[in-house]
Amino acid sequence: MLVAIAFILLVVISVAFHLWSPWWFTPLASDWGTIDLTVDITFWVTGAVFIAVNLFMAYAIIRYRNKGPDTARARYEPENPKLEIWLTVVTAIGVAAMLAPGLVVWNDFVNVPDEAWEVEVVGEQWRWTYRLPGEDDQLGTSDASLVNIKNPLGVNPNDPNGQDDLIITSNIVHIPIDKPVKMLLRSKDVLHDFAVAEFRVKMDLVPGLVTYIWLTPTKIGTYDVLCEELCGLAHFTMRGKVVVDTQEDFDAWKAEQMTFAETQAISEGNVAVGQALYGICAACHGQNGEGNVALNSPKLSGQADWYIAQQLHNFKHGIRGAHEDDEFGKQMAPMAAVLADDAAIRNVSAYVASLPPHITESSAQGDIERGMDLYLTCGTCHGMAGQGNYATHSPKLSGQEDWYLTRQLQNFRNGVRGEHRDDLFGPQMRSMARMLRSDDDVNDIVAYIGTLSQTDQLAPTTNERGQ
Amino acid sequence: MEAILVFIFVAVGVAYWWLWRHKIMDKPWATEGTEIDVREDLGGMFSSAKTGLFFFLAVVTSVFSLFISAYFTRMEINDWLPVHEPGLLWFNTTLLVLASVAIHWCSRAEREPVVKATLMACGIFTIAFVVGQYMAWQQLISDGHYLQSNPANAFFYLFTGLHALHIIGGLWVWLRATFRVFSGVELEEARISVHLCRTYWHFLLIVWMVLFALLLST
Amino acid sequence: MAYVALSDRGQALSHPKSWVTKYVWSQDHKVIAIQYGITAIAVGVVALILSAMMRLQLGFPDSFSIISPSEYYQFVTMHGMIMVIYLLTALFLGGFGNYLIPLMVGARDMVFPYMNMLSYWVYLLSVIILMASFFVPGGPTGAGWTLYPPQAIMFGTPGADWGIIFMLVSLAVFIVAFTMGGLNYVTTVLQARTRGMTLMRMPLSVWGIFTATVLGLLAFPALLVSAIMMMLDRLLGTSFFMPAIVSMGEQTEYGGGSPVLFQHLFWFFGHPEVYIVALPAFGIVSDLLSTHARKNIFGYRMMVWAIVIIGGLSFVVWAHHMYVSGMNPYFGFFFATTTLIIAVPTAIKVYNWVLTLWQGNIHLRVPMLFAIGFIFTFIHGGLTGIFLGNVVVDLPLSDTYFVVAHFHMVMGVSPILVVFGAIYHWYPKMTGRMFNETMGKWHFWLTFLGTYAIYLPMHYLGFLGVPRRYYSYEGIDFIPESALALNTQISTAALFVAVVQILFFVNIIWSLFKGPKADGNPWGATTLEWQTKETPPIHGNWGPELPGVYRWAYDYSVPGAEKDFIPQNVPPAPGETSGT
Repeated sequence: MLVAIAFILLVVISVAFHLWSPWWFTPLASDWGTIDLTVDITFWVTGAVFIAVNLFMAYAIIRYRNKGPDTARARYEPENPKLEIWLTVVTAIGVAAMLAPGLVVWNDFVNVPDEAWEVEVVGEQWRWTYRLPGEDDQLGTSDASLVNIKNPLGVNPNDPNGQDDLIITSNIVHIPIDKPVKMLLRSKDVLHDFAVAEFRVKMDLVPGLVTYIWLTPTKIGTYDVLCEELCGLAHFTMRGKVVVDTQEDFDAWKAEQMTFAETQAISEGNVAVGQALYGICAACHGQNGEGNVALNSPKLSGQADWYIAQQLHNFKHGIRGAHEDDEFGKQMAPMAAVLADDAAIRNVSAYVASLPPHITESSAQGDIERGMDLYLTCGTCHGMAGQGNYATHSPKLSGQEDWYLTRQLQNFRNGVRGEHRDDLFGPQMRSMARMLRSDDDVNDIVAYIGTLSQTDQLAPTTNERGQ
Repeated sequence: MEAILVFIFVAVGVAYWWLWRHKIMDKPWATEGTEIDVREDLGGMFSSAKTGLFFFLAVVTSVFSLFISAYFTRMEINDWLPVHEPGLLWFNTTLLVLASVAIHWCSRAEREPVVKATLMACGIFTIAFVVGQYMAWQQLISDGHYLQSNPANAFFYLFTGLHALHIIGGLWVWLRATFRVFSGVELEEARISVHLCRTYWHFLLIVWMVLFALLLST
Repeated sequence: MAYVALSDRGQALSHPKSWVTKYVWSQDHKVIAIQYGITAIAVGVVALILSAMMRLQLGFPDSFSIISPSEYYQFVTMHGMIMVIYLLTALFLGGFGNYLIPLMVGARDMVFPYMNMLSYWVYLLSVIILMASFFVPGGPTGAGWTLYPPQAIMFGTPGADWGIIFMLVSLAVFIVAFTMGGLNYVTTVLQARTRGMTLMRMPLSVWGIFTATVLGLLAFPALLVSAIMMMLDRLLGTSFFMPAIVSMGEQTEYGGGSPVLFQHLFWFFGHPEVYIVALPAFGIVSDLLSTHARKNIFGYRMMVWAIVIIGGLSFVVWAHHMYVSGMNPYFGFFFATTTLIIAVPTAIKVYNWVLTLWQGNIHLRVPMLFAIGFIFTFIHGGLTGIFLGNVVVDLPLSDTYFVVAHFHMVMGVSPILVVFGAIYHWYPKMTGRMFNETMGKWHFWLTFLGTYAIYLPMHYLGFLGVPRRYYSYEGIDFIPESALALNTQISTAALFVAVVQILFFVNIIWSLFKGPKADGNPWGATTLEWQTKETPPIHGNWGPELPGVYRWAYDYSVPGAEKDFIPQNVPPAPGETSGT
C-alpha cells in the first residue's frame, strides 16, 4: 500500500520538478526552434504515458492488494486480445506522433540551404581553430600530412583557393547574425565533437572525413563551444567560443585576421636584432637568460621561441600579468610594451631561444614518487620528459626553476594567471592546476619535475619544425 | 555492413520460422497433459551435440560475416591495393576438399579399417592444408607484402589466419576422435564425433571457398 | 538407432566425490551459477567503488584530492565496462541462466556440464585479466567503455600503452567464456526439456534468458571482431580504424582507416547487448509479478512474441548510438524509425505487467516490491529512450547527462532492482532458509527512492546541456552555480545508495546461517524449480524420476481449484477442465 502511495507521490514530484526546476534548455540562439518543438511534443506524449500508466498501477496496487486470507482470489485471465491490440494501436499512434515531426526536422538538418556560407572548424587535442574562406568564397584543400608548426591547419600551399583563406588560431570564431552558416568540421587527430548548447546542433569531428552542422544564428552574444566526444585526458578543457556579431562587427573582426598567404610570409625571428632588443631584459633575466631569483625573474634559456613570443604578446596586451594579485607579472607589462610590434617580439624570442640552456639544481622538497604519479597527467601535454610541445602549446618544464614553477602553479590555481578572456591556453591550465588540491601536491610535482633531465631535449623551435 | 545484415536477416528469419513450426502461436493454457509434447528424443547426446554445433557454427558465421562487412567498407578507401594471391592457395584448397571427402566417407563407412583409414586421411590432408597456408604466408612476406603495408594485405592475413585457427580447433576434436577409434572404443560412440567433424569440415570448406572467392575477386 | 536421453541416463552426470569437485571444479549448474553470481557481484562492487570516487570528484571538486583527470577517465571506463559486461551480462546469463534453466525446464543439468564448468573458469580468467590492467604501467585504459579509436590507442588517452591491450584481451577471453555458456543454455532449452514441457509452457524467465543468449551468440562476435582489429592496429600498425593522424604535432604512420567502422561494429554488438541484459530481466520480473500477485501473467503469448520480436529488432537499431558520429546522415531516418518501432513491443510488455497486477491478489513481499519498483523505473527509463531515439532530439542531448541518466535508469536501476528481487525470491530455494523481511524492505525503500533521487534530476542537467565525461566544469558560462550544486546533491544521494547496499549483503549472508528454515515452495509458485523434493535441490535436481509437465506455467487462481496455484507437474484431475 505504501508503495502505491510512493508511486503517486513520485509522479507528482516528477511533474513538479519538471515544471519548476531551473534546469532546462539554454535560451535558443539559433533558428532550430523546431528541435525545441519536437522535444515538447515528445514530452507531452511520454509525460501522458508516464502519468497514466503509473497512476493506473498505483490504483491497481491499492485496490487489489492482499488484505488477509479473506481477500478475493485473483481473476484468471490468460489474455485479452482485443485490449492488447487496442493498446498496440494506440501506442503505435503515439510513437508515430513523435517520430513524424522528428523526421521532418531531421530532414531540415540534413539538407543544408544553398545560400549558407561556409566556415571550417578544425579540432585537435585539445583546442579549436578555424578557417574562413577568403574573397573567393572557397576554402582551399587541406590534409593532415601538411600540418607543421607554420601551417597548423594543414592548408595546401599549392591550392590557389587556399591562399586567401583566413586562418584563426585563437579558439574564438565570429559569425554574423541571421545568415545561415554551414560549419565544416575537421579533425587533425582523434574524434571530437563541436557542440554549442544554445545552437542545439552538434556533430562529431572524424579524422579522415569532413562532417558538418548548419544553423542560422538569431541572437547576438558569446556562446561556449564544448568538445563532446571523449578525446583524451584534457577533453574537458577543450573549449572555444562562438561570437554572434552584427554584420559590421563581423566584417571588422574579419579584417583583423591573417590570410594563409600572410601566415606563410611571416619572417623568421632575427637573432641579431633580437640580441640588441634583449639588452633591457638582461637586467633582470641575466645576460645569458639564466634568471634571477632575487628579482623574481625566471630562467629563459632553453625555452622555445614560440612560447616566449606568446608570453610577451600576452604581457603586452594585459592578457597575462594584469591581475591585481600578480605582483611580479605586473612588472612585465611595461617591459613588453617596449617591443613595438610582433616582429620585434619574434626577434627577441628567436634570440632567447638561441641561448644555451643554463643548468640549474632543483632545491624543491617534496614526495617525488607522488609527484611522478601526478605528472602523468601533465606529461600528456608537456611531454613525459617535460620537454614541451608546440602542438599543445605547452612550454618546456624540465630545467625551469622550482620557485618559478611553484609560483605559476599557485597562480593558475588561484586564478591569478589564466583567467583573462583572451588567454587561449590559460583556462586549460587553470582546470589542470586545480587537480592539485593542496600545497603538498604542488611541491610534490615540482620536486618531480626537478628530476627530469635538462639536457636531453631542447624545446623544439620554429625553425626546426618549420620544414 | 550489408554482409552481416544479410546473415542476421536469414538467421532471424530461420529462427522465427522454426518458432512458428514449434507452435509459438498456441494458447498454452488451453491444453493439459503431456501428450501434446510430440518430441521423440529428449536430451539425447547426439541431438544435443548437433544443436550445440549448429549454434556454434552460427557464431562462427557471424564472426566471418562481420569481417567480410568490414572488408567491404575498408575497400572503399582509396589506399586499397589488391593482394596478389599466391598460386599455392589453389593447391591448398584441393587439400581441404580432399579432407572433406575423406571425413564424409568416414562418416558413411561401416567397416572398421575404412573408418580408420579415412579418418587418418582427413587429418593428414587438413594438417597439410594448414602447413600450405603457412607457406603461402611465407611467400608473401618474402615478397615484401607485410601485414601493415596495406589494408588489403591486412585482411588477407586476417582471413587466412582466422580460418586456419578454426581448422586447428577442429583438428583438436579430430585428434580425440582418432584416439577413440584407434583405442578400440565402441564405434557407435565415436560416430558422434565423426559426424560432428564432418559437419564442421564441410562448413569450414564453404567458409574458405567464400573467403578465397572474395580475395580473388577484389 | 536409439539414443538414450541424457536426462534418463542416471550415470551420465559425474557426481562429485570430494569437497573440491563439489564446490570448486563443480559441473553442477547450480554451483556454477553461484560461482558466476559471486564473482560478478564482487567485481560489481569494485565498479561501484569506482563510481563513488567519480561522484566525489564531480560533487565535491575542491575537497577531495583523490583522483586526477587521468584516473577519472580510467574509472569512467572500468566502471562502465565492468557493470555492463562483467556484472550484468555474466550475472543474468551465467548466474540466473545457469541456475534457473535446467530447473525450470525439468532437466537434470545443462547438456554440456563440463563445458559449462569451463565457461566459469574462463570468465574468472577474463575478470582477472581486466583487474590486472589496474597494475600495468600507465594503468587501465581511459577511453570510455566504448573504446573508440583512434583515441583509445593513441598517446593522450590514459592506458593507451598497456591498459587497452589488457582490456581487449580480457574481452576476447570473456567472449570465449560466454560462447561456451551460451551454447549450453540454448541447447539445454531446445533439447533437454522434460516430457510435456513444450516451448509455450516454459516460464517467461526462460524465454527471456533464452532469447538473450541467442542475441549474445550472434552479437558478441561483433565485439570480438572489432577488438581483434583494434589490437592489430595497436600492436602491428595496421590501419583498420586509423586514418591519417597528426598526434601531438607528430605525423603518424597510420592512414586510410575508418573510426566510424569501429563504431558500427561496436554498436552492432552494443545495442543487442543492452537487450541481453534487459530480456532476462523482463522474463524474470514477469514471473515475480505473477507469483506474488497470484495471477497468471497477462497476455503470455504476446509477452513471448514481444520478447522474440524485440530480440530480432534489436539487430537493426544500433546506429541510434551514432546519430552524431559523422556517419551518413541519411541513416538517421532509418534508425530513428526502427528505434521507435521497437518501443511498441516494449510498451506492450509494460502494459501487460501492469495488467497482471489488475484484479490480482497482490502480496507486497520483498521480491514483489522490487518487481513493481522495476516497472516504475523502467517506464521512466524507457520513455527517456524515446527522446534519444528520435534522431533530431538526440542532437542537443547526445553526450550530455541526459544520456547518462537514461542508460543508468534502464541498465543500472531497473535490471538491478530485478536482480535483487530475484535473489530474494529464489533465496529460500537456493539456501533452504528465509531472509529477513524487514531488512529486505528497508533495502528496497532506500535503494528505490535513493536511485530515483540520483537519476531524476540528472536528466535536467542533460537538458541544460551539461556534458558527460567531463572531469570538471569551471569556466563554462551557461552552466549556473545551481547545476554544480545539483551535482553535489546527486553525489550525496549516490554515496548514500552505495552504502545502503550493505543491508543486502548483511541480510543474505546472515540469513544463510541464522535465517529460519524455509519450506520448498514458500511463495506457492507453479514453476518446476519450486517442485524439487529437496531444498536446496541435490545434484541431478529431481531424484530418480524426472517430472512430467501437464500444464502451462501460470495456473494461478484457477476457478474451481482448491488452492490458488497448481504446479506444472500436477496432472489434471479427472474431469478437470483447463482454464478459459
